[in-house]
Amino acid sequence: MPKRSDLKKILVVGSGSIVIGQGCEFDYSGTQGIKALREEGYEVCLINSNPATIMTDPELADRTYIEPLTPEYLEKVIAIERPQAILPTLGGQTALNLTVSAAEKGILKKYNVEIIGARLETIRKAEDRQIFKQCMQKIGIDLPRSIVVTDESDLKSVSRELGFPIIVRASFTLGGTGGGIAYHYDELRTRVHAAFEMSPVKKVLLEESVLGWKEYELEVMRDCKDNFVVVCTIENLDPMGVHTGDSITVAPAQTLSDRQYQEMREDAKRIISEVGVETGGCNIQFAVHPQTGRRIVVEINPRVSRSSALASKATGFPIARLAAKLAVGYSLDEMTNDITKATLACFEPAIDYVVVKAPRFATEKFGEFTLDTAMKSVGEAMAIGRTFKEALQKSLRGLESGKKGLSGAEPMDPETRLQKVATPTSSRLYHVKSALDEGLTVERIHEVSKIDPWFLNQLKDISDFEKSLAAMPLDAENLFAAKRMGFSDAQIALAKGVKEEKIRAKRWALKVRPSYKLVDTCAGEFPSTTPYFYSTYEETGDLIPSKAGKKVVILGSGPNRIGQGIEFDYCCVQASKALRAHGWQSVMVNCNPETVSTDYDSSDRLYFEPLTLEDTLEIIAVEKPMGVIVQFGGQTPLNLAVQLENAGVPILGTLPAAIDMAEDRRLFGAALKKLKILSPESGIAASADQALKIARRIGYPVMVRPSYVLGGRMMEVVYDDPSLVDYVGRALKAATHPSLLIDRFLADATEVDVDAICDGKDVWVAGIMEHIEEAGIHSGDSACTLPPHSLSPSVLLTIRENTRKLALHLKVRGLMNVQYAVKDGAVYILEANPRASRTVPFVSKATGLPIARIATWVMMGKPLKKLLAPAVLRGEVEPPYTATKEAVMPFIKFPGVDPKLGPEMKSTGEVMGLDSDFPRSFAKSQEAAGMLLPTSGSVFVSVRDEDKAQIVPMARSLRQLGFTLVATRSTADFLTRHGLDTTRVAKVGEGKPDVVDLMKQRTLSLVINTPSGKRSRADGYAIRRTALELNIPCITNLHSAGAAVHAISVLQGASMGVKSLQAHYETLPYKVDLGAKG
Amino acid sequence: MNDKAWLALEDGTVYTGRACGAAGETGGEFVFNTAMTGYQEILTDSSYAGQCVVMTYPLIGNYGITLADNESQRPRLSGFVVREMCKTPSNYESVQPVGDFLKKHGIVGIEEIDTRALTLKLREKGALRGIISTLDGDKKRLVAKAKALPSMAGQNLAKVVTCDKEYSWEEGYKPAEKTLHVVVIDFGVKHGILRCLAAMGCKVTVVPASTNAERIFKLKPDGVLLSNGPGDPEPVTDAIETIKHLLAERTPIFGICLGHQLLGIALGGKTYKLKFGHHGSNHPVKDLETEKIEITSQNHGFCVDLKTLPSTVKTTHINLNDGTSEGMAHSELPAFSVQYHPEASAGPHDSRYLFEHFRALMVARQEARSR
Ligand SMILES: Nc1ncnc2c1ncn2[C@@H]1O[C@H](COP(=O)(O)OP(=O)(O)O)[C@@H](O)[C@H]1O
Ligand SMILES: Nc1ncnc2c1ncn2[C@@H]1O[C@H](COP(=O)(O)OP(=O)(O)O)[C@@H](O)[C@H]1O
Ligand SMILES: [Mg+2]
Ligand SMILES: [Mg+2]
Repeated sequence: MPKRSDLKKILVVGSGSIVIGQGCEFDYSGTQGIKALREEGYEVCLINSNPATIMTDPELADRTYIEPLTPEYLEKVIAIERPQAILPTLGGQTALNLTVSAAEKGILKKYNVEIIGARLETIRKAEDRQIFKQCMQKIGIDLPRSIVVTDESDLKSVSRELGFPIIVRASFTLGGTGGGIAYHYDELRTRVHAAFEMSPVKKVLLEESVLGWKEYELEVMRDCKDNFVVVCTIENLDPMGVHTGDSITVAPAQTLSDRQYQEMREDAKRIISEVGVETGGCNIQFAVHPQTGRRIVVEINPRVSRSSALASKATGFPIARLAAKLAVGYSLDEMTNDITKATLACFEPAIDYVVVKAPRFATEKFGEFTLDTAMKSVGEAMAIGRTFKEALQKSLRGLESGKKGLSGAEPMDPETRLQKVATPTSSRLYHVKSALDEGLTVERIHEVSKIDPWFLNQLKDISDFEKSLAAMPLDAENLFAAKRMGFSDAQIALAKGVKEEKIRAKRWALKVRPSYKLVDTCAGEFPSTTPYFYSTYEETGDLIPSKAGKKVVILGSGPNRIGQGIEFDYCCVQASKALRAHGWQSVMVNCNPETVSTDYDSSDRLYFEPLTLEDTLEIIAVEKPMGVIVQFGGQTPLNLAVQLENAGVPILGTLPAAIDMAEDRRLFGAALKKLKILSPESGIAASADQALKIARRIGYPVMVRPSYVLGGRMMEVVYDDPSLVDYVGRALKAATHPSLLIDRFLADATEVDVDAICDGKDVWVAGIMEHIEEAGIHSGDSACTLPPHSLSPSVLLTIRENTRKLALHLKVRGLMNVQYAVKDGAVYILEANPRASRTVPFVSKATGLPIARIATWVMMGKPLKKLLAPAVLRGEVEPPYTATKEAVMPFIKFPGVDPKLGPEMKSTGEVMGLDSDFPRSFAKSQEAAGMLLPTSGSVFVSVRDEDKAQIVPMARSLRQLGFTLVATRSTADFLTRHGLDTTRVAKVGEGKPDVVDLMKQRTLSLVINTPSGKRSRADGYAIRRTALELNIPCITNLHSAGAAVHAISVLQGASMGVKSLQAHYETLPYKVDLGAKG
Repeated sequence: MNDKAWLALEDGTVYTGRACGAAGETGGEFVFNTAMTGYQEILTDSSYAGQCVVMTYPLIGNYGITLADNESQRPRLSGFVVREMCKTPSNYESVQPVGDFLKKHGIVGIEEIDTRALTLKLREKGALRGIISTLDGDKKRLVAKAKALPSMAGQNLAKVVTCDKEYSWEEGYKPAEKTLHVVVIDFGVKHGILRCLAAMGCKVTVVPASTNAERIFKLKPDGVLLSNGPGDPEPVTDAIETIKHLLAERTPIFGICLGHQLLGIALGGKTYKLKFGHHGSNHPVKDLETEKIEITSQNHGFCVDLKTLPSTVKTTHINLNDGTSEGMAHSELPAFSVQYHPEASAGPHDSRYLFEHFRALMVARQEARSR
C-alpha cells in the first residue's frame, strides 16, 4: 500500500530522560523514525524532554518541543501544532504510557489526533497483563499461571495453587517497585504487604515462577498486509529470573533446533496478530523449559525496544526506520534493504557471525545486587565475532570494567564460590569462570546456576585454552588460535606474564592480524556496499575500500555508565556530521548498541568494536586516517590518547600532554599559580598523619578523594579528625595509588560549569551554567541554569577571563570544560577537563549553537573567528529565555540505597526546562524530571541545624502560598519560635503516627529534608526512601528548596506555555543558522 | 594438529582446516546454505546428493542430532563444511553430536574454515566443484582432482537417491474428515513433505522415481505429489513421461522443487541452471494472487524458464530477491507447483497452506468424479 496521503503532520513522542531500563536506544529509534518520516515528505514535530539527544537537534524535526512528557504539556503541543497523527512506538514505555493517558483523558479525540504505529486497543492488550492473559488463552498460547489479589487474606490458598517461588508484581508502581521473588510464605506475605503499600490501585499480580527456564526474545515486524518477519532471535545466557536487560544475551538463538524455533516463530505470528500489532516492530519474550520444551510467552512489547535496537545493530536491519514507514501505510515489500540496496526489506536477515551483548552495572556506585526481575544495569556493550567465544570476550573487554576478556573473580573457598555461582549478580560470570578454572564440572555449575550447558562448555573451552596458554610457544599458529577464541593481547600477556606491548609486537611480527568482515544482513548471499565492519581472525576479510580524501577516526564512548552517557554519543555523532559536511570521511568506532553513533547511517564507515588500545590500533592500521578524535567520547578515548600518540597515531585537537597537565594535580596547581587563578587550598597525603596535618592547616570541612579516580568515586566531605582517620583507612585500602587529595571544602558555595572552545588564538566561552545545588553535589547531579540567574557581572567576568587564560595556557584545540565554585564573591576553580563535557548538548540546545560541530571544525584547523559572529565570540550576547537542566536519579532501582546527593555522581540522565525566566524554566525542569511540585497541601520540613536559619523565609513563603507546615520536634519548635504555625509529628520510632506513616497516608505533598552533614541519621534515610518509593517530591538541599518555592509560586499562577526550539531560536540576538559547513 | 583436513576447489583455492566428520576424501559441487538452524534437516535432505554444503552460520551442531528431524534415512550429501563444529551439544532432544553422526554415516566434514570467504567466492564464481580430504594434503593434486569431477548438469541423481520399492508412510498421521490417498513420486523426498501430508489426514504411498503411470493409476490416488530431489531435472526422462500421462488424466498434481521443474518440463517448458542457486530459509516469495509474502525455505540450483511455457500455465509466485519464478499453476488442469519448500524443515512454516491447497484440489476432483 502506498503511504497515507491523508496525513500531513505527525507528532513523534520521545522517551525523556535516560533512566535504567530506558537508555539511549530510543534516541536511536526516534532519530531513525523522524528521518524516515521526513524523507516521505511529512511534517514532523517532536516532544521530548531530554536535551542530550540527537533527535532533539533543531534540524532533525520540523518543530522540536523540549517540554515535560506529561498529558498537560502534550495537549499544549497538540493544540499549537494540530497534527493529524501521533506516533508513540519509538519512545519506549514512556511514550506509550503518555499517549495512552492522553487518549484516556480525551485529548486525542478533542483534537482529532490518530494514534499510528499501534492502535490503542493493541497497546492495552499488550500492556495490561490480565487482558494479555485472556488473549493468549483464547488462542491457546501457554503462559505462567497467575492470580490477581486485591487483599492480603487469601494468600495461603493462592500460594498452594501457584507453588513457591512466586513472582510478585505490583500494578502501576514506578519501575517495578514492590515486585520481586518470594521463596516462602513469610516472604510472600511481606512482599505482598509492601506491594500493597506501594500500589496506588491496590492490585498485586502473583505469578507462577519459571525461574531457571531458558529465556528467548524474538524481534518481529508485521505490516498492514499481514506480512510477518522475524528480524532476530536472541537467547539469554542467564536463565529466567534475570531481567533480559541484565542478562548476557546472544544472537541468534543458539540451542533451539529448527523445529523448536519454528514452533516459537509460529506462536509469535499468532500472538502478534491476536494482539493486533500491524504496523511496526514488536518484541516477544518466551521461556522454554530446559527438559520438557514447554514454551510459554512471558510478555510482549508492541513497540521498538532496547532489544530491537540490539537486533538492528546485530543484523543491519533498521527496525525503527521501517517501523516508522509501516506506521504511515507502507508494507514491508515496498521498501528496499538499505544495506544491500538490491533486495527488499521484507525478508529475515541471515547472519554469519555471533553477537553477544553484555550488561554494564553501576556496582561502583551502588554495590553489588542480586539480579532479579527488575532491571538494574545502566548500559551495555555488544560485540560481533565469528564464534561465541570470540564475541563474548570482545563484549567483556568492551565493557571497560577492568576485565580484559573472560577472566576470573577473586580467590575464595569452594563453598563460597559455589554460592557465588548459584546467585545471579553482576559478577557471576567471572565466578563461573573461576569455578571452571578450579575444576568444578559443567554439570555441577549447571545444577546450581541453571545456565545452559552449551554456554558453560563454551566458557570451559576458554578456561581450558587459557590454562594451556602458559606453556604454549607463541608461534603464529597458537596466537591465531588464541585470537580466534577472542583472547586480547592483554589477556595473553597476563597468562604469559609479560607486557601487552610485547605480545602485540610479536603478533604483528608474525602477521597475525584481524580481518574485517561485513555486517550485510544476508550472510554473504548478496553483495553489500554498506561499510559496517567487525573484526575477527580469519583467512581473509571483506573490507570495502574507502573513497579518496581526508579521513578521520572518531573514538566513541563505549557502554553507558553513570558519569558517561548519551551526552558523549551526542558529541561523537555531531563530530561525524561536521566532518561529512566538509566532505571529510568519518570513521566511527564504538561498541554500544543503543546509540545513534553505531547506526551505519551516522558515519561513512562504522567499526563495531571494543574501545581498547589493541582494537583501535588495528582499525587505525587498516584505515590510515589523517587523525583521530579522542575528545568527544568522554574518558574512554581520552584514556587511550597517550598510548595512541606513543604508537605514532596523530591525535586531532588538544594534545595528550595538555590533557595530562589538567589531570595531574601538581602540574595543574603550578599552572594555576602562574595564571593567578584561585583554587581551594589543598594538599596531597599518603598517610593518616599527613592527612590530619593538611586538614588542620586548611581547616574543616575538607573534601577528600583518592587521586586518579573518576566520576567523584569515594569522594567525601569530612568534618572532623576521627572521620578523616576513618576515611584514610578505607580509601588507602581501595585505591591503587597510595595518595589522597585533600581540598578545603567550600561550604555553601555556588558551583558553575563552563564549556569553552579554543582554537589556539581565541577562546569562546560557549556556555556558563549556574548550579542550583551548592558545590559539594556533583555537577552531573545538580540542576543548572543558563544563562546564570544570580551571578554578578564581576564574577562572570572573572570566570570568562580565567577560562580564557587557562585554555590558552593548556594549548587547548577544541573543547574544554571548567568547574568553578563561587563563595563570597571569590571565584575558585575546582577542575578543568580539556574535552567535551556532559553539558555540551545542553548548552547547544539552550543557545542554538552546535558546539560539538564547531569544536570539530576548530580541530580540523578552522579559526573561531571564521565560525562565529564577533558578538557571539566575545560572549556579549545571550538567549532572552532561560534553560534549566535537571538530573534524573536511579535510586528507585536500588532498594536500600539512601537517595541523597553528594560529590559522587549518581544520576543516569537529564531533562531540560525552557521558558522565559528562571523560576518557570526550573518549574518545567522539575516536572520533566518527574518531580511533581505540589501547589497546595502539607509540607514536611526537617533540616539540619546549620540550615535552620535559612529555612525560615522559605517556610514563610510556603505558608503564604497556602501550604501547611509539618515538622518534627526541633524544626517545629524553631519555626514556631519564628512565628510560623507548624504541626508537630513524631520522628520515626518516637510514636505513632510518625512522619513515614503520614507519607504512606499521602497526607504530605512535599518533603524538605537536608541530611545532617556529620552523621547521617536513620530517620532521615527512612524519610527520603519512603518519599522516593511513594513518589512524593523530596528536596535534600536548601538551594533547591529555594528554587522550588519560587517554582511553586509560578505554578500557582497562570499556566505554563510551550514553545518549540525553533521558535525560541527566532528570538535570539544572533543567527543560529551556520549553514552546513559553518 | 594431526586431525588436519583440506578443501580444494577447481579454481585452485585450497583451505586448511580440521576434520569434523568421517575420515576420507570426497568431492562434489560446493553450495552454501544461509539457514541459521536446521543443519540436521540439511544433512539428511537427499536434494544435496552430489553436493558439499557450506554452512554460512559459523556454529553448527549446538543442539546435536535429534530423533525427530531426519529428512531421509541417511545423509546423502557429499561433504559438510563449517566454521566451528560443536562437540558438546545441549538440547533436551539431542541424542548425539553432529560429528558422531557424520562419522557413523561416513560423511567427510571439515571445520575451522573461513566459510564467509568461501561463500563470497561461490557467490562470485557460481557453484564450484571441489574436494574435501583428510588424507591428502598435496594441494596441487587436490585441485586436479576437483577439476576432474563431473559436472552436476546432465546427471540423473534422482535415480540414485529414490527408494527401492513402494512403501506407505504413517508417521505424523492425524485422521481427518475425509481420507485422501496421495501417491508421492520419490526423487529424494524429504520426510517433512510426507509428515505434512500425513498430518492432513492423507494416506501416503511413496513410489520410486521410475514408477510408470499405469502403476500409479492402479493405486487409485486422489492426487500425486512430485517430490523434491537433487540435481538436473532434464535427464529424469522417464518421470517426465509419467507426469504427462498423469496430466492427461487430470490427476491433481502438486510439484515441489525438482518436482516443480519436472512438471514444468512435462508441460512443455525448459529449465536452466542458476549461478549459485537458492539455498537458505529466508527467501521472500510473493503470492501473486493474495499479494502476501511468505518467508520460504529453498534449495535448488536449477530453475524453470517461464517464457518457455504455454500460456495456459501462469506464474503464481515470484522470488522478491531476484524476481525468479517460484511457482506456477495450470489454468485448466488441477496441477500446480512451487520451486521452494512449503514443508520447510528447515525453515519458517509460512507456506504450509499450499498443502491445504493441494487437498482442496483433490477434494474437488473427487467430488467432480462422483457426480
Ligand atoms: N514468571 C516468571 N518466573 C521467573 N522469571 C520471570 C517470570 N516472569 C518474568 N521473569 C523474569 O523477569 C524479567 C522481566 O520480566 P518482564 O515480564 O519481561 O518485564 P519487563 O517489562 O520489565 O521486561 C524477564 O526478563 C524474566 O527473566
Ligand atoms: N573544594 C570543593 N569544595 C566544594 N565542593 C567541591 C570541591 N571540590 C569538588 N567539589 C564538588 O565535588 C564535585 C565533583 O568534583 P570534581 O572535581 O568535579 O570531580 P569529577 O571529576 O568527578 O567531576 C564537584 O562537582 C563539586 O560539586
Ligand atoms: Mg521484558
Ligand atoms: Mg567535575
